[in-house]
Amino acid sequence: METLAMHISNGIINGPVAAVFAVIALAAMAYCVRRGRQDLDDRLAPMAGLVAAFIFAVQMLNFPIFTAGVSGHLLGGALAAMLVGPWVGALCVAVVLVVQALVFGDGGVAMLGLNITNMAVIGLGVAYLLIALLLRVLPRTPAGLAITAFVSALVSVVVAAMGFVLQYQLGGTTDLGENLAGLAGTMAVSHLFIGIGEGLITATTVVTVAKVRPDLVYALRALKPAAPATVPTVGGVR
Amino acid sequence: MGAGHAHVLYRETDSPVHRLPPEVKIAAMVAFTIAVVATPREALWAFGAYALLVAAVAALARVTAGWLLLRSTIELPFVLFAVALPFIGAGERVDVAGVQLSVDGLYGAWNIVAKGTLGVWASLLLAATTSTRDLIVGLDRLRCPQILIQIATFMLRYLDVLVGEARRMRLARISRGDDPRFVWQLRGFAAGIGALFLRAFERGERVYLAMLSRGYTGRLPTVWQGSAAATTGQWLIAATVPVMAATVAATAAVLT
Repeated sequence: METLAMHISNGIINGPVAAVFAVIALAAMAYCVRRGRQDLDDRLAPMAGLVAAFIFAVQMLNFPIFTAGVSGHLLGGALAAMLVGPWVGALCVAVVLVVQALVFGDGGVAMLGLNITNMAVIGLGVAYLLIALLLRVLPRTPAGLAITAFVSALVSVVVAAMGFVLQYQLGGTTDLGENLAGLAGTMAVSHLFIGIGEGLITATTVVTVAKVRPDLVYALRALKPAAPATVPTVGGVR
Repeated sequence: MGAGHAHVLYRETDSPVHRLPPEVKIAAMVAFTIAVVATPREALWAFGAYALLVAAVAALARVTAGWLLLRSTIELPFVLFAVALPFIGAGERVDVAGVQLSVDGLYGAWNIVAKGTLGVWASLLLAATTSTRDLIVGLDRLRCPQILIQIATFMLRYLDVLVGEARRMRLARISRGDDPRFVWQLRGFAAGIGALFLRAFERGERVYLAMLSRGYTGRLPTVWQGSAAATTGQWLIAATVPVMAATVAATAAVLT
């Protein structure tokens, strides 16, 4: 199995900045744990596990982009926000990152705070804000849902990549001088392409799930409070 | 699949490191990594000392150097980034074989390669000696919030479900005359991914309901807690590696 790392590895960002972001990430995750506990019911528990497994699998697909060692992969943030909501979704992404750092060496353990901040906090936050906004604005059709999923995935990936650029500016171990703008540009362009791929995968997945089991899409729950009460199926649900 | 859900990196052998309780190993690995990252990059000798520590633990865990090196390729993208640094770094320049290189960039490249590699080695050693089930038990004993443990448990369980479902769907496609090998068949892949997700979910939901009906309450089953929690002696044994690393880091910080 050929797997490549993309998360920030040890030694890229200096210790103090990593420590500050570790505190930020810890505080954000503590809040998500509190909010997520209320969300996690019988339907969401297996969904959260599957979303985490899906993200885990999808993050193994790496795209080395350009020559300068900039690579990227799908983040899965928007998918998580759509299917299990922002709180549990952030926890799913964080769990994936922790397991990857601990047993795959993907992303340095000392850099976990930075990676969680970028992908679980910034990525999920941006994605969910966009989802909440777009679902209200766009028509409630499969196309509207697809556009919502696509746009939120695309934007959240690019913004999360910019999180790395910001952290590098704050505490990169090597001063790049004016080349930092070049790094920002490369990251933005490469993640634009990744974002398109991520958007397509997120949109197809969410639309398929919404068509067959709309009850499973967290983002749609808040919109349809008057949904018909589900009749308990005798003999088990499928 | 039924074999305790061991992951690809786990090495099924017996060694003193394998026998240590997981929570002890996780704590030691995290502490070691932090000591490495905190070391000033100019202290070249310190990184040699860390590499010796890694080699000692690897020998104890019966992990061969070849396996460790082969698996280290995971950090290749960052090595490439590191190689670029001397060329794009700012500040003072030195002349190396006729090429103007940034001094800061050279140190930066060294910093990333050395610290990154040591970090990868440390986590590979943890992965080689700890099954995923033990890893979750370890995180649980380290007082990780229950909701995270629950998500992690399901994630590792469903990875197998997902892979199995993907294999079945691929077989089904091939047996119907598709040849999913080329880039232009990405459309079929994209269309299948939603179906894959749904099928895996419904299978996963059945697994979950079966667990609930057998008394699952969100806590880890007690049978998983195979070994007892770590004793003070085990904590002390495992602490030797991070303590030595911390000593090296402190010495390096004082000297530079």
